[in-house]
Amino acid sequence: MDIYLLEAIINGILLGGVLALLALGLNLIFGVIDVVWIAYADIVMCGMYALYFLYAQYGVPLPLACVITIVGVSGLGVLVHLLIIAPVLDSPPLNQLLATGGLLFFLQSFATLLFGTDFRNIGVRLPVLEIATMYVSFARLIAFAVGLIGAVALYLFLKRTYVGTAIRAIAQDREIVALMGIDQRRIYIVVSAIGGALAGLAACLLALQYDVHPFIGNTFGPVIFIICVLGGLGNMIGGFIAAFVISQIIAIGGYYGSTELSYVFAFTFFIVLMLIRPRGLFAP
Amino acid sequence: MLSLAAVSAGYGSFQALFGVSLDVSRGEAVGVIGPNGAGKTTLMRVISGIIPMREGAMTFEGRSIGGLPAHHVVEQGIAHVPENRRLFPRLSVEENLRIGAFIPTARARFHEQLDWVYDLFPRLKDRRSQLAGTMSGGEQQMCAIARALMSRPKVLLMDEPSAGLAPLVVSQVFELVRKIRGEGLTVLIVEQNVQQVLEVVDRAYLLEVGAIRLSGTAAELKGNSFIRAAYMGL
Repeated sequence: MDIYLLEAIINGILLGGVLALLALGLNLIFGVIDVVWIAYADIVMCGMYALYFLYAQYGVPLPLACVITIVGVSGLGVLVHLLIIAPVLDSPPLNQLLATGGLLFFLQSFATLLFGTDFRNIGVRLPVLEIATMYVSFARLIAFAVGLIGAVALYLFLKRTYVGTAIRAIAQDREIVALMGIDQRRIYIVVSAIGGALAGLAACLLALQYDVHPFIGNTFGPVIFIICVLGGLGNMIGGFIAAFVISQIIAIGGYYGSTELSYVFAFTFFIVLMLIRPRGLFAP
Repeated sequence: MLSLAAVSAGYGSFQALFGVSLDVSRGEAVGVIGPNGAGKTTLMRVISGIIPMREGAMTFEGRSIGGLPAHHVVEQGIAHVPENRRLFPRLSVEENLRIGAFIPTARARFHEQLDWVYDLFPRLKDRRSQLAGTMSGGEQQMCAIARALMSRPKVLLMDEPSAGLAPLVVSQVFELVRKIRGEGLTVLIVEQNVQQVLEVVDRAYLLEVGAIRLSGTAAELKGNSFIRAAYMGL
């Protein structure tokens, strides 16, 4: 096989790690709260700015800056839930979409107002590894590994703890969990905090690879959505796998065409698949 | 132990219960019988707090539970086995039981309670890692009862435990009710299967169009000519 194609495939797998993390967060929120956070990628953008300012401007050590970012974005997730989602929980889905869609424009405009449209880089230069004449970005390798660790941690939390089990239960029967002493509102807050934390973690990983600017969310937001729909909205394992399918298409498409064209391939694949399997790749 | 005085409730502009009064003493098994749409399920849901009470008073062990949200009612010691079982179908049997023990007091003694429930229903132990939705109706009912028992309740509310089950399985379910009584639990059970429920309860109330029409001991109701004609087909 062509060594450059192999390199593209490996980079595709590595890209999939971060996308999978974001797909997990979005699917968790959708599956449990039944609301789509249209502005999810822009919450990630807020996290990237947080890391940029903490580390590049104020000199906070990188690991500490990452922890603060994750905790901060987790708190932002809770705020988004309490201020924007909770009041429209009983409204028609369209109104909910408008509310979280409004948040998207608010965050992008607010970031533009505060920080301007400059591209900012946190300035961490990680080496590019040369493995058997293939070039693999170390930043991507870290992002992939941490993304996987995050996914496994989330899995264990959902599988092993009482609150995690309650989160899975509430996604299956919203009404009846109260009979088991579970306060739905509290579970929603926990889920929003986890969704936020995953966005914060993804922000740290993405900031290592990309410049931050107010519209960075537009570059990967739509991709996360097609991943979630492809995997079946709310289906966490489906979304996780779909993240790697899409990242592979983007990587291999980029190898044969160009980066811009690779997104055309990914969305074409998505549209065709939606015609064949409207409920996603893994629908029964 | 559990006492309702002139309780009214409903959904929107529809009133389902009109001044229902009812008492359950410690260790007793009490039935609520009546036709479809009489308000039996509403009654259960009002007690467990899923539907708010509109008027009247509700006390449990002398404390008022009217207006308490459902997730606090369980903590008082009232567990509800809902109509149609309502298991979490894509969780395993044991995960369903774990959810049943969500409240802190139950969580602290989870393993002890799990052993007790498995002793009571050995079938569930065999199926512990099976997805709850893939079991037979009777087994699911068993699991739903076990899930409620995991909260270490003082009173068990059972809503139509025999609904949708084959006749042979229905007998098994009533056998389970008897078994639970044998463990000293207080039971309030709502049923359409009048003949069989009167075999396992001490007393019963007849609920019709949202109001209590008759009440008495199981033996009295079994002998009542109206009940015999209207509900037992005799």
